Amino acid sequence: MEWLQGFFAQYGALLAQGTWDTVVMTFVSTFFSYVLGIPIGVLVVVTAADGLRPHRAFNAVLGWIVNIGRSIPFIILLVALIPFTRWVVGTSLGVPGAIVPLVIAAAPFVARMVEQSLREVDPGLVEAAQSFGASTWQIVYKVFLKESLPSLIRGISITFITLFGYSAMAGTVGAGGLGDIAIRYGYQRYQNDVMFATIIILIILVQIVQSCGDLAARKLDKRNR
Amino acid sequence: MIQIEHLFKTYSSAQSQHHALNDVSLTVNDGDAFGIIGESGAGKSTLVRCMNLLERPTSGKVIIDGKDVTNLSGKDLIELRRGIGMIFQNFSLFQQRTVLRNVMFPLELQHAPKGESETRARELLDMVGLADKAENYPVQLSGGQQQRVAIARALATKPSIMLCDEATSALDTMTTHAILDLLKSINKELGVTIVLITHSLAVADAICNRIAVIDAGRIVEQGSTHEVFEHPQAEVTRALLGMESQVLA
Repeated sequence: MEWLQGFFAQYGALLAQGTWDTVVMTFVSTFFSYVLGIPIGVLVVVTAADGLRPHRAFNAVLGWIVNIGRSIPFIILLVALIPFTRWVVGTSLGVPGAIVPLVIAAAPFVARMVEQSLREVDPGLVEAAQSFGASTWQIVYKVFLKESLPSLIRGISITFITLFGYSAMAGTVGAGGLGDIAIRYGYQRYQNDVMFATIIILIILVQIVQSCGDLAARKLDKRNR
Repeated sequence: MIQIEHLFKTYSSAQSQHHALNDVSLTVNDGDAFGIIGESGAGKSTLVRCMNLLERPTSGKVIIDGKDVTNLSGKDLIELRRGIGMIFQNFSLFQQRTVLRNVMFPLELQHAPKGESETRARELLDMVGLADKAENYPVQLSGGQQQRVAIARALATKPSIMLCDEATSALDTMTTHAILDLLKSINKELGVTIVLITHSLAVADAICNRIAVIDAGRIVEQGSTHEVFEHPQAEVTRALLGMESQVLA
């Protein structure tokens, strides 16, 4: 007990700050990766050969961009993007410096997940909407996005959790957060207690996000009686 | 009035050509309950989808109320489709919308005032006997109830034509009769022209005044329901009649 009190007195503030930084980094980058990823995912589905507005060349180029984004390991992307990050947010350090590469890394991943969710929508519903005179745009937001909402929500929790992992890597290049603490204290100074503390916090965060996501998806899904 | 003139729908691949529709011509008069009968794969689904251009014919003409609509696109196509309601084998209700919001959907697309479209939707739900289910979701309804909602939805924009794509094939016999009665009253009382495709002669017999029999993309026989059933000319029709009487016996 005494040991625990001593531990928190020494590292409590540090871990609280790290947790906060990690949550902010993850939350903001999840948000912006959807701002980019939803339109890309929608365009991939709409311009596909069996889509509402087939466009072979555009679809192929979009597919390549998404695949290129997905094939670069995050740790490399992180370093490669430093000049771009500086240009966008003025620094490559700290939480703002981490958000840019996190968004760039997650957006193609989000685009693929949005694509998957939209493809789960019954083509019969799209056809029905067309038969009532729906425009392409109306089908996108009134049929595709609305009908796949529960699936999209599940995707958000997956993205959020993936970005927790990525944000730890961003920690290694000066982004702060729990990953940074784990590396500096756990790896470089052999302070296993601090490292375990960060692991436990991450486990708890992941559990909370997953449970909230599942609950929201279940509540929103009107296919459940 | 729907006039179909020399309609072809051809699916080509490198090796072969498949004629889903092979020189189909027919006329559906205003106020008809017109049945298109055929076995699965005969081309009846493709034919009905050409009427509201969900499928584009390869050649031939679709003329609705005297206007050639075959090549319509954009706003004109949307306008045309608003005048043609459609119901489907699997109901195709939006699962994430309440029954009321499903019926309001076609009106929502036209940016109709919300109050007005809600009033209209509630009237229609009342007509199909589901006024008390307005706030339910489709998953909470039986198949027959779902098809009633789909019928209400198809009527929301006051169309003059209603296309029914195997509308009763997913339903049991009792429910089928109830849905057919409803369609009949829509045809008789609201004067909506009905085009119904089905593989079942019993269904066609129940509500259609005229029928066409389609086989391998060709219309092999058409005429008044009575005529065709009494004096079937085509082999396919006789076969269908034979099979059905066996089933019924």
